[in-house]
This record gives sequence, C-alpha cells and structure tokens, in this order.
Amino acid sequence: MTSITGLPGLHRTVPQKYIPVLVTAGLFVAMFVAGGIRYENFATGQIILNVFIDNAFLLVVAVGMTFVILTGGIDLSVGSVVALSTMIAASLLKDGWPALGVIVLVLVIGAVLGLGMGAIIHYFEIQPFIVTLAGMFLARGLCYTISTDSIPIENETFTAIAQTRIGLGGDLSVSPSALIAVVVVLIAAFVLHYTRLGRNVYATGGSEQSALLMGLSVARTKISVYTISGFCSALGGLLFAFYSLSGYGLGAVGMELDAIAAVVIGGTLLTGGSGYLLGTVLGVLVLGLIQTIISFEGTLSSWWTKIFIGVLLFAFILLQRLFLGGSRR
Amino acid sequence: MAAPAPILRMSGIGKQFPGVKALDGVDFRLLPGEVHALMGENGAGKSTLIKVLTGVYDIDAGEIELEGRRVVFHSPLAAQQAGISTVYQEVNLCTNLSVAENIFIGREPRRFGRIQWQKMRRRAAEILARLELDLDVSAPLSSYSLAIQQMVAIARAVDIDAKVLILDEPTSSLDAGEVAQLFRVMRRLKEEGIAILFVSHFLDQVYEISDRMTILRNGKLVGEYLTSELSQVELVGKMIGRELADLEKLEGRPPAREAAPLVEAVELGRSGAIEPFTLTIHEGEVVGLAGLLGSGRTEVARLLFGADHAGTGTLQIGGEQVSLRTPRAAVSRKLAFCSENRRAEGLVPDLTVRENLILALQAARGWTRPIPRRKQDELVDKYIAALNIRPANPDQLIRNLSGGNQQKVLLARWLILEPRLLILDEPTRGIDVGAKAEIQRLVAELSDGGMAVLFISAELEEVLRLSHKVGVLRDRKLVAQIDNDERLTTDSLTETIASGARS
Repeated sequence: MTSITGLPGLHRTVPQKYIPVLVTAGLFVAMFVAGGIRYENFATGQIILNVFIDNAFLLVVAVGMTFVILTGGIDLSVGSVVALSTMIAASLLKDGWPALGVIVLVLVIGAVLGLGMGAIIHYFEIQPFIVTLAGMFLARGLCYTISTDSIPIENETFTAIAQTRIGLGGDLSVSPSALIAVVVVLIAAFVLHYTRLGRNVYATGGSEQSALLMGLSVARTKISVYTISGFCSALGGLLFAFYSLSGYGLGAVGMELDAIAAVVIGGTLLTGGSGYLLGTVLGVLVLGLIQTIISFEGTLSSWWTKIFIGVLLFAFILLQRLFLGGSRR
Repeated sequence: MAAPAPILRMSGIGKQFPGVKALDGVDFRLLPGEVHALMGENGAGKSTLIKVLTGVYDIDAGEIELEGRRVVFHSPLAAQQAGISTVYQEVNLCTNLSVAENIFIGREPRRFGRIQWQKMRRRAAEILARLELDLDVSAPLSSYSLAIQQMVAIARAVDIDAKVLILDEPTSSLDAGEVAQLFRVMRRLKEEGIAILFVSHFLDQVYEISDRMTILRNGKLVGEYLTSELSQVELVGKMIGRELADLEKLEGRPPAREAAPLVEAVELGRSGAIEPFTLTIHEGEVVGLAGLLGSGRTEVARLLFGADHAGTGTLQIGGEQVSLRTPRAAVSRKLAFCSENRRAEGLVPDLTVRENLILALQAARGWTRPIPRRKQDELVDKYIAALNIRPANPDQLIRNLSGGNQQKVLLARWLILEPRLLILDEPTRGIDVGAKAEIQRLVAELSDGGMAVLFISAELEEVLRLSHKVGVLRDRKLVAQIDNDERLTTDSLTETIASGARS
C-alpha cells in the first residue's frame, strides 16, 4: 500500500471498483495524446502543470465536493462561498488587514458556513439540495453587501504568491496555489482512506441506516463533510483570489456545477459510497485539458468547453449505470 | 447439573404504544451458552421485546438485568457496548465497503489515528476463521451472497465481545444449505458461552437449533419451555391460544336460516370471462366458490360487483333489478369486494391504517363531504378492536403491518360500509395460521349477524368449514351448486371439480 488510492496497476485483475477511475485516466491520456498529435508544443509536462495552475481553486473545491458526494449529499453553495471568500479577502486587504489574518478569517468563515449547513441538513433532516441552495443564495447575496464592483487586491503577500513560480527542474514550474491544491488532495486522500472519519464517510454514503445501526456517528460524519466542503470552498476562494488578484461578487458563478461535474467524471457515484479522490483529480484535469485543447484550436469559442463537459457527463453517468448499476443490486 | 445463572433477565416488561399494550408484564431470561427461541404470532410482541432489549424503545415498566446488574439502554449503541448485539432480518451492513471494514468499522485498529489496514484484514480473517468462513476480506461485501453477508454481520456482532447475540429472523432469505451453515456458526458460538436469542417463523428450524423457548401471545408471556419437552402441536396451540378452540367450534355450524334471497343472478355472464351462471345468495348465507386457479372464481365475483360488465343475464339485489356498471354502483347497493391481490388492488401501503380504513367509506360519501375526524376515530377504533388488528395504532403505515393484519385492515375497510354482501377473494392467502383463524371466525360471525358472504378460496377445507353452499367452477363455468351438509367432504368436492372437467 504505497499508493494513496491503491493504484490499479498493482493488481493483476482490476477490481470493478477501480474501473470508473481507470476510464477517466484513459480518457485523460487519450486527450493528451490526441492534443499532442494535433498541435505543436502541446505534449509537454508544462501543459499538464498549467492545467493544475489554472484549475487549482477548482481542484480544492472539488476535493470538498468529493467528501459531500461520497456521503450521498450535494453542496451547491461552493461557488458562492468561493466568490464570498474573494470578496471578504479583497475588501479586508483594502482596509489594510494583514494577509495572514485575512487568510485565517476567510477559512474560518467558510468552515462555519459549511458547519451550519451540515447541522441544518442533519438535525432538521432537510434535503442537502435545498439547504445548500439556500446557502448559495445567502453567500452570493452577502457578496453584494460588501460591494457590487470588483475590488482589486494590491496586498504584497497576495501579489507575491500570485506571481511566484516554483521551478521543478528543467523548464517546468508551478504556482504555489497548485502546490497547495496538491497538498490538499494528499491530506484529503489520507483522511478518506486512513482515518475513521474517512471510512465513516464511505459507510454513510453506502447506507446511512446501516451506518447508524452499526453504531457509527452519522451526525458527526455528515456535519463534518459539509464543514470540510465549506473550508475547501474558502481555500478555493483564496486560491482564486491569488489567481485573479481581485474580489468579485459575480465571480465563480456555476463553479459548484464544474466541481460536481469533475467529481462525477472522476467516477464517484452521486448516490454516495463509491469513488476515489484520484478520480476527482483526474476529473479536474480532464475539464482543464478540454479548455486547453479548445484554446489551442483557436477557432472554437470557449462555450465549446461546456458542450464537451455536457457530453462527458452524460457518458459518465451512463457508464456508472452500466458498470455499477448491475453490481449494486 | 444446576442451571447456570442467567446472563440476561428481563422482568415485568411493559411497553405501551398509543392505544395498545405491546408488552404487558413479560418476563424473559437468557442463559449463557443456549439458543433461546422467542416464539409468537405476528404482532405478539416479539419485535417489541427485542427493540426494548436493544434500546430502540424505552420501557414503560419492568427492568432489565445484565449479568446481575440493572441496566437501562437508551440507544442500540449503548446496548451494543454492554455486549448485546443484534443481527436483523435485513442485513444492516454497508455493502460498498470491504468485508473486513464491515466487521471493524467504528473500531478499526489504529496507530496515531491512522487505520492499520493490514492488521484489520488479518484480524478479520481470524474472526471469520473462528466461524469457519474463508472469505477474501478485502473484497467488497456486495460481492458475496446474502447468507455470507449475514455471517459477516454475525462476525461483527460477536467481535464486539458479545455476551448476548440476537438473531431476528436470520433465516428468512436463506436456502437450506445456507441455513445449515448459519446453524453451524450458531452452535459454535453457543459452545463459546454466548447466549443466542433466535427468532424464526420456521418451526422446524426452531426445533433443530433451540434449547429453550419463550412464547408470547398478544404482548403477554405464555410461558418458557424446554424445546425437547414441547411438541410442535402444543407449541402452535400455545402461540394461537384461544383462536384454535374457536376454529374447532366452527365445525358443524348450523345451516343458515331460511332467509330472503339477497342477490339473484340469472344467466349472468360475460363472454371470454365466465359462461352465464345462475346463483342465488341469501341473507346470512356463506356461499363458497371452489375451483382451480383460473376456473372463473374471481370473474364471478367481479361480475357481481360490477367491476366487469355483464354481457348477458340479469342481476337482482334485494328483489330489485339492477345493472351494475361500476364498482361504485355496487358499493351504493351495499356490496363489498375484498380483492385477492391486496397489495396491488386493495391497500395503499404508504397511507396509515386509519386512512386505509376510511378510504371506501369516504369514496362512498363523495370527496366533497369529508368524514369528521371524531367519526373517523370512532370507526377506526371500533374496527381495530373488532378485528383485533395489531398493532392497534391507527397512525401506523400499512406497509409496516404483517400480511394478516393488512388483510384485516382491508376487510375492515369494507365492513365500515356495513355491506349486505361481502365478497372475499382469497382472504387468507399468505397469512399466518392465527390470523387465518381470526378471519374465518369473523366470516362466521358476520354471516350469523345476517350478512351474506361470497367466500372464494383455493383451500377446500376452508371453503367447507365456512360455507352453507358451495359453488364449483371449472373452465369458466359454474358446474355445480352443492349444499354443505355432512355428506360433502373435501374428497367429494375435489371429485366434483375434477369430474366437471370430464363432462
């Protein structure tokens, strides 16, 4: 068990549970190879690193979303929480707050929002869809109480982080945000696979009723995943602020849907209980690579990204039905 | 050899649900190293007793002692931690997780908060080996059969240092080989000194595995017996109690009084469904319909009820010529029809007992005139009591009731309308023997009270026991109408059904 998510290559026969992740990985490789054949200067390591750099915030948000979806829930508030985080950060920095204080405060606010939604979902037994929809409107509305305009960020720490590139040898380099995202993924994978909280997440997603009867703390698990998602959204918001160096209330509209798409394309079942973080990483990479290919193509409008994502989502949901629908009965 | 001290003692347990005493002064004890069967009909209080014991319900009266110490459980978790583990009929595990995880989740071996997968798998394999099971512990539970899943559930239960293991209908979905495997595991656990509480509807299994049994009836304790000292017949008698005697009494009931004809069908028929038949049903008369499946029994009933349109013939009800175009018209003529398929055609599983009971009456009144709540309560309480529907909770969802009790609710729904003719299509199919006896007794009582009953059943004994007159159907034709006297037996009836086929 050297790999975090149990790389399928270690097994001679591939267990069925790894198939969705493998399909996504295959898709990613195929897209990469096709891009490399079609475009010059495409098949380089930096292209993949750029996908990480450009989608670091989405990756972090999708990690939080993975926790929620694994329990069979959904969190629609993440995009708004990202926007709210950028707004809070930008406005406080404009008021002269220190960068560290802002970062800590934003993370706490995100986590508390998630905690609140999780508590409402669990204790009042309300559909996560409705609760997080309310959270989505609430967070988006709060953005406009701060400002309706975009607020530029001129804080030195933030601009420094935004402009730093860390060399990885050769002519490869990544942004600090991408590294943060990777660290988040590693920590999350450890939590999911090597801690009780993580296993309870899977158990709750498999059967909440059973988990309860087995004496697991379903309440703590469910509230935890929304808190984690809230925290990840806030962190994603900070990365987004590093990336765009501004706070904007209309930013990150629809990011919750991108995150859900990434998780589903990564092979996680929307009904919960099955999926891997590696899949989510691959899902984000696939989405990022689609954008990259479309920008390389040059003549296609960026809306083609949405079309491809739509087609992929359909394909993957059908795939889940075909492969896992049978074995779960 | 002196009996060992009981590991578990429940005394004077009482549990009240709104409107019903689910448990009333029940004593129960479990000795270490025994398999103890808890017996009783559906609704006798077995499940309630188990739920009280495992902390799902609080108790209203009485006390529970575990190893001589008084205990009070407020949650299943608390009971589990005290050493009382339960394996339910439906396997309550997470099939998406591996076998090992299902055994250990919540108690995984950890070091510095990190789950030690290797150790967990090794220990899971050890525990399963103890139960003589050889499984791939890292495979997902969903890849194994229900029987294996049940064993894994037991493995999980006994690993929690269980002193008492409760198996609630563990065999209901297992085949014979799987049952044998389960029993092997149970014997093994018994040898280790674990007390096993076993609930099953299969008497043979109970006799095979259990050492001792406690019988409940209507929430009360009937007694505790050694399995070896109680015959199956005695056991059934004790489970059913009074009703068995009633059933005996039904035999040789007096013939119906000469009464006015209530329903007269003359050459009533429908092409493709039933050939024209002539049938007269008097008030207070039970007419049985016998015949093979598909012989036209249900079709006769549907024609009389207006569920199908008659192509030929006439129908008189109470001396008045009628043409029943819809069941609604039949209902307004005081006819009632309990269909054979209670799940698909009769009951609405997600409505409560009260709502299901009121449905037909409300439909008869029309939706614009709702029945006042007080009237509803009055009616519902009356019929729940009259038909002995258990649990006697009007707000219970129908799907949570046993088959027999569902059937009684369906009956009650029509009885509320106070029909003059009650058509019962296979009312006793698929329900336990006690409920069957109750329904039969009810039919007899109703007919004594002047209600005419058309009783359709595949069980000839039942038809013979209840009916004053038996109509025999064959190939969609009413071939004979025989008065039920001493000369009519199941054999002669069978012969009529068969010989009809020859003519």
